[in-house]
Amino acid sequence: MTLLSTIGRWLIALLTLLLGSLLRTAERAQRKAEREQRIVAPGEPAPRAELVVVALLLLAGLFAIGFVVVYAEFSPATISNELLGCCLALALLSVAGALTVFARRIVPDEELEHEYPPRGHPDEQLEAARIVRQSGQPITRKKLLAGAGAVAGGALGLAALAPALSLGPLLDTDPLYRTPWRRGLQLVDESGAPLPAADIEQGSFYTAFPQGADPEQIGAPVVVVRLSESALRLPADRAGWAPRGIVAFSKVCTHAGCAIALYRKPTFAALEPRPALVCPCHYSTFDPATGGTVIYGPAGRPLPQLPLMIDRVGRLRSAGNFSGPVGPSWWGVRTRRPSA
Amino acid sequence: MSPDRRMVAVLAVAVLAGFAGLARAQPQSGIVRPTTEPSSPNAQLGAELYAGNCASCHGIGGDGIPVPRRGAGGIAGAGPALRDVGAEAADFYLRTGYMPLSSIHDEPGRDRVLLTDTEIRSLVSYVASLGTGPPVPVVRPQAGSIADGLHEFAEHCAGCHSIVGQGGFVTGARVPALQNATATQIAEAIRIGPYLMPSFSRRQISDAELNSIVAYVLSTRHPDNRGGWGIGNVGPVPEGVITWLVAAVAIVLFCMVLGARLRA
Repeated sequence: MTLLSTIGRWLIALLTLLLGSLLRTAERAQRKAEREQRIVAPGEPAPRAELVVVALLLLAGLFAIGFVVVYAEFSPATISNELLGCCLALALLSVAGALTVFARRIVPDEELEHEYPPRGHPDEQLEAARIVRQSGQPITRKKLLAGAGAVAGGALGLAALAPALSLGPLLDTDPLYRTPWRRGLQLVDESGAPLPAADIEQGSFYTAFPQGADPEQIGAPVVVVRLSESALRLPADRAGWAPRGIVAFSKVCTHAGCAIALYRKPTFAALEPRPALVCPCHYSTFDPATGGTVIYGPAGRPLPQLPLMIDRVGRLRSAGNFSGPVGPSWWGVRTRRPSA
Repeated sequence: MSPDRRMVAVLAVAVLAGFAGLARAQPQSGIVRPTTEPSSPNAQLGAELYAGNCASCHGIGGDGIPVPRRGAGGIAGAGPALRDVGAEAADFYLRTGYMPLSSIHDEPGRDRVLLTDTEIRSLVSYVASLGTGPPVPVVRPQAGSIADGLHEFAEHCAGCHSIVGQGGFVTGARVPALQNATATQIAEAIRIGPYLMPSFSRRQISDAELNSIVAYVLSTRHPDNRGGWGIGNVGPVPEGVITWLVAAVAIVLFCMVLGARLRA
């Protein structure tokens, strides 16, 4: 806590320093501008156009904030995509409108014909700088305009950054280790019917869920395949995890969290690639025979394996929790085992 | 046209026609046939064709050859046993041109069918007679629902074959497009799982669901392209390429033309 407040105080001090120096330079520039001689004729102030620009910029800010609110409040399953698009489009359109009005009504657009000055004349350069500075003088509410611009820009920047929050929790990662699986829980198919071990055929693959749990949870779905027991090369500490050659793995890829929807199995094992679970997004390929190790692709961790057992009536049940955390990786993912 | 030139033209046409005739007259390569072939399917023909074209890899009587070994004609053969695969698998592999393979290291894929319909029927009934395999499935896509088919296809098939059946890749193999598959071939492939494809039992895909899946796959041949142009119906990558390389360039050019006219 003390560390956080110290950092906070330092930040405030730094901000004050920065603001102070900015204000001082602005003041100095103002005084200098008053002393110099005029080149550009003093233009007509356009207070109404300035108001319109300010209003448009604030509107842009409002829509950008709307984007953030929609992103935070609506689940992607509802109309959020359309709303997000509308908010962003209206924010950008408002900025475009503000810039158009600013360019056409506020900035003087008088054309001055001049011989092109020879290069490297400090006097001429100073004069050019003066023209630019004096052109801005008819703008009466510079600070208001700049403030509105800052609001629009800041809100749009926030809107652009908001989706980064979806990259996952940074500090509280405990929920990521929890899965609905525990010892004795029955495997059911998507309609809720239990999976008899005898129904699991070699060369096919099945999706299963924990009985009575929310199937939408990231740790819930598993993919079940059956291999010949002689082909299994599971790590020594996973003896007994694959009764009758049936193995189960988390259906969520450890790379980007896509569903492992591909299973390749050889028709003729002597000449064809060995069985593998493949993620369709980036082709991470996992070997079910060796406990889900990565044999190809960008995944950085093996697919978490679920220990299985067969109960007295021949149905598949889990014999514990996964061998590792489920889903895409996060900081410290390798340090803990999942829990129920 | 001078007589000389006319002569050359006539010669060229004659040579081209000759080539075309040759191409048509060429024997269907690679198939060993009995010298006198009956016109209707029969068991004798099936056995002879099997011995001549299949046995070097699948073994005598469909026993299979587990590790590559040199057989008749110096062909290195190896292949799975066919004893209990039934008419279902034989019909699929022969009618799609997956078999016969020219080399055991080739990836089987849709190819020119080298056997006649009579030959295929004879071979299929011969392979079916080797054991107790399933018959050719009866599929009725008109009894299925395209909407249900889309749902089932998305769940079981689209991961590899893409949602409009355009095919793709799995690590280590190509995934075929389904645009040329017949209703029966689609049903057979789902049940047997050719090459690296998993098979699907009736527990996973019922016969009614199978009808729906087939109805959906057949419907993807003529997709309803609301945008006017499907861009191959392959998905977001070609669509993005078109957006950036064609549409974006067109917009920039349009703006440049507008700007040039304003300046003029």
